[in-house]
Amino acid sequence: MRESTGERWARRIVLSLLTLFVVAPLYVMLSSGLKPLRDVQGPFTWLPSRVTFQPFVDMWQTVPLGRYLVNSLLVASSAAVVSVAIAIFAAFAISRYRFRGRQLFSVTVLSTQMFPGILFLLPLFLIYVNLGNATGIELYASRLGLTITYLTFSLPFSIWMLVGYFDSIPRGLDEAAQVDGAGPLRTLFQVILPTAVPGIVAVTVYAFMTAWGEVLFASVMTDEHSRTLAVGLQGYATQYNVYWNQAMAASVVVSIPVVIGFLALQRYFVAGLTAGAVK
Amino acid sequence: MATTTAPGPVRPAGRPAQDGPPSRRKRRTVRRSYLPYLLLVPAALLELGIHVVPMLVGVWMSLLELTQFHIRDWSTAPFAGFENYRVTFDFDSATGKDLLHSFWVTALYTTLSVGFSWMLGLAAAVFLQRPFKGRALLRTLFLTPYALPVYTAVITWTFMFQRDTGLVNHALDQLGLIDGANPPFWLIGENSFVALLIVSVWKSWPFAFLCLMAGLQNVPPELYEASAIDGANFWRRLRDVTLPMLRPVNQVLLLVLFLWTFNDFNTPYVLFGGSAPRQADLISIHIYQSSFVTWNFGLGSAMSVALLLFLLVVTAVYLLVTNRRREHA
Amino acid sequence: MAVAALLTTASIAACGDSGDSSEGAAKTLTYWASNQGASIEFDKQTLQPELDKFEQQTGIKVNVEVVPWSDLLNRLLAAATSGKGPDVVNIGNTWSASLQATNALVPFDDATLAKVGGKDRFVPAALAAAGAPGKPPAAVPLYSLAYALYYNKKMFTDAGVTTPPTTWEELVETGKKLTKSGQWGLAVEGANPSENSHHAFTFGQQWGGEWFDSAGKPTFDTPQNVAAVKRYIDLMAVDKIVNPSNAEYAQNQSVADFANRKAAMLLWQAAGSNFKAQGMSPEEWGIAPVPFPATTPPGGKKVNSMVAGINMAVFKHTENLDGSLEFVKFMTSDAEQVILNKTYGSLPSVKTANADPAFQAPEQKVLGEVLGTTAAPLPQVPEESQFETLVGTAMKELFADAAGGKPVTEAQVKEKLGVAQQKMGS
Repeated sequence: MRESTGERWARRIVLSLLTLFVVAPLYVMLSSGLKPLRDVQGPFTWLPSRVTFQPFVDMWQTVPLGRYLVNSLLVASSAAVVSVAIAIFAAFAISRYRFRGRQLFSVTVLSTQMFPGILFLLPLFLIYVNLGNATGIELYASRLGLTITYLTFSLPFSIWMLVGYFDSIPRGLDEAAQVDGAGPLRTLFQVILPTAVPGIVAVTVYAFMTAWGEVLFASVMTDEHSRTLAVGLQGYATQYNVYWNQAMAASVVVSIPVVIGFLALQRYFVAGLTAGAVK
Repeated sequence: MATTTAPGPVRPAGRPAQDGPPSRRKRRTVRRSYLPYLLLVPAALLELGIHVVPMLVGVWMSLLELTQFHIRDWSTAPFAGFENYRVTFDFDSATGKDLLHSFWVTALYTTLSVGFSWMLGLAAAVFLQRPFKGRALLRTLFLTPYALPVYTAVITWTFMFQRDTGLVNHALDQLGLIDGANPPFWLIGENSFVALLIVSVWKSWPFAFLCLMAGLQNVPPELYEASAIDGANFWRRLRDVTLPMLRPVNQVLLLVLFLWTFNDFNTPYVLFGGSAPRQADLISIHIYQSSFVTWNFGLGSAMSVALLLFLLVVTAVYLLVTNRRREHA
Repeated sequence: MAVAALLTTASIAACGDSGDSSEGAAKTLTYWASNQGASIEFDKQTLQPELDKFEQQTGIKVNVEVVPWSDLLNRLLAAATSGKGPDVVNIGNTWSASLQATNALVPFDDATLAKVGGKDRFVPAALAAAGAPGKPPAAVPLYSLAYALYYNKKMFTDAGVTTPPTTWEELVETGKKLTKSGQWGLAVEGANPSENSHHAFTFGQQWGGEWFDSAGKPTFDTPQNVAAVKRYIDLMAVDKIVNPSNAEYAQNQSVADFANRKAAMLLWQAAGSNFKAQGMSPEEWGIAPVPFPATTPPGGKKVNSMVAGINMAVFKHTENLDGSLEFVKFMTSDAEQVILNKTYGSLPSVKTANADPAFQAPEQKVLGEVLGTTAAPLPQVPEESQFETLVGTAMKELFADAAGGKPVTEAQVKEKLGVAQQKMGS
């Protein structure tokens, strides 16, 4: 099947425009982080008047970026790991068993995806506070509370994707293991999980990114100690000035680990999506 | 595809996971009937505790007159019955009128954002099907916006949309498209809707691209070859082969994008700093303003419940229609 | 397995969350400070030595968190709702009555006031902006501020203007002379609802308007208020002495514009230290009271600023009321008032500290005079924070229209204010 000349040109034009669209903000982010404050306060320039790494130094002082970074990392990675662990069990049950309430569970969990966050933000906040008062387990304004909240955000989609993935693993494999005397859990760990690695990586990445980027709950449910990047980065607009260059420098720094992680794992993500969500 | 080493899907497209009970194992399943429930307990508890129960509390809140006078001690909040709902749906009053306006803005925003994201995603996926030099690089690049944390992306766009110091006006001026002495505003006034849309599409089209690309991997190359032998051109191939094969992907993708976009809070919140201009007053921000900024949590909850009901109905109808169509197909 | 994972998370997430005030019981206080200086970090460094002093004196350790203004009201609301959080807080004084209505703050009745040094210590105008009239104040004033007109001396000289304007007519005339390429007569914070609403109040007073009647009902769209708001918007829409770009300013860019010599005048509260931080030396700018209309409209008042400032409040849920009050007393003591207000360029809220030479600089003298003679508190009603949001947002939209080149008519102003008023009722 040959590509016609028209197609080739269409491809080139479309891909070039898309590249431009995607690259522009990335370029602004990278180049503005290297500009002195004067540059970002005046009319936009494509290049810094002089290249300076000062914003990358100052940004740690203007806001406690280091602490926010640690908080975000802890919260997002714990949320991702736990969410995926729980999703694996749930997906295994749904994929491999037929039981009463199976349909109800699937539908309920998926429909929580469409709850507007604003509807349960305040109630959840109060539940956390009261739970904290009653049990001494601090959920409000703590990383633990935020972690638990976030892991439920990614859970429905994770379960759903893994069910699709597990379904695609031939049951013959399970049965072979069971003939060898393996129980259900051993079947899950020894047969299904090793085969489902791409799917599991995909949902882990998804869960991590969900937690890493959430703003609404982070702004109400955190204090200075548990604040995450999502809220903390707004601190570059101070009482005196908007430090756009530092904000851009900080954006670069907090984006790089996620972007690299995601891009390194993207083939798993695509594979996981192919088998899971895309049925 | 070169990068896909993982086992591909084996099930035929379009077959839902729920059907096809494994009859041979029925006996075993019955004996171990407690196990699946046990496996579901953590997920069920979390969803109940973090979503369902708070949601029900939210519904209860919507029946109260919950203002700053009563927020400290809810037991003092007078029961308002459906008063908050009456205010919500009274489209002659300022509050109801603004909510309705916000709803239409959101509907238009969602339609356009999902539409553009899907189109860009499809274009990129189709044009990246054929191997060429730099393809892997482009694919990686196109996925970057999706990987970027929402707030860093939106903060960057906010900076780009500044009237006097932003890239957008500067570039438009250099291209001679605007009057440099009197550049347009992007974050206030009419253009704010366009700005919001651009940011939203920038953030979500890579996800469409990712799903569609994954979906295209399931299309057997023979189908294209067969249609090429029939002399089908690009558009015919797209219409007759690609799109039909993508239907199951699209069913899921469009729904997910719709829900994410309709409920999107992060983008407008970061882009406009808490209060959106009227022209870009998305419903999530509107409800946030109605409850948190004006301290009327009962009213805010009533609006949220109305929004939830709307989304439930739309989703149900969508799934019914698309499933029926799929069965007919 | 899942449970084990959950527990692991719990321990990961919990580590480092120690240092909560509640456990330390009586010997620790949590204090939320508002952001007064250049940055959160700057404020922390400013406050920490003072808190150390307090600990030395009383043995009570104060954990301070400087909360950005964008978060403060939400966080206070959360604390009021949950009965959880800080013991002592800073609040914007305009929120006093709103927060008072939540009934979460300790009322400063005469007995309580006596514990922090007595009612008579405080500047009366500042104490009047600490709660609804007729009720014990919900807070005590900490830092006092007022609006003034800042102007660039060199630009004035270059344009042949010798004295700062005292009437709006003069200000417009001066502004027109000063508006030329790359330079504007006046800078405003057009997209910031709070700033807008503060000006709505001052202009309203001058034009004989009231935003709430004596029963506390909103009266937003009266002809006086409409004229007042229109006068303010017209600085951009009609007189064109304000850069249309200011319509999207919400993060103090107008101060930056003034400090960067892009605008010749600015209406602001105690901006001197801010200018300095941005590299504008004190010799470069002058200060004068905010102008009045040349002819006083019927009912117009001699008011050219709100009583601005920061109050200090104590939450009822504190487990250490005495320690909290002790801390309030410490922060409002003469010595601390001088140190802190000097750093922030604001004015002491206690009479005795005002005599300190630190507050005899031209800027503080003007602010002090305004505060003492021609400043009035914003309406102290529970719905005040809604007023700020709704009216301030309506004005933001009007500025956006003006900046977009659309004419801003009286009818439009009236309509927007009318809609804002309707929303108050719901």
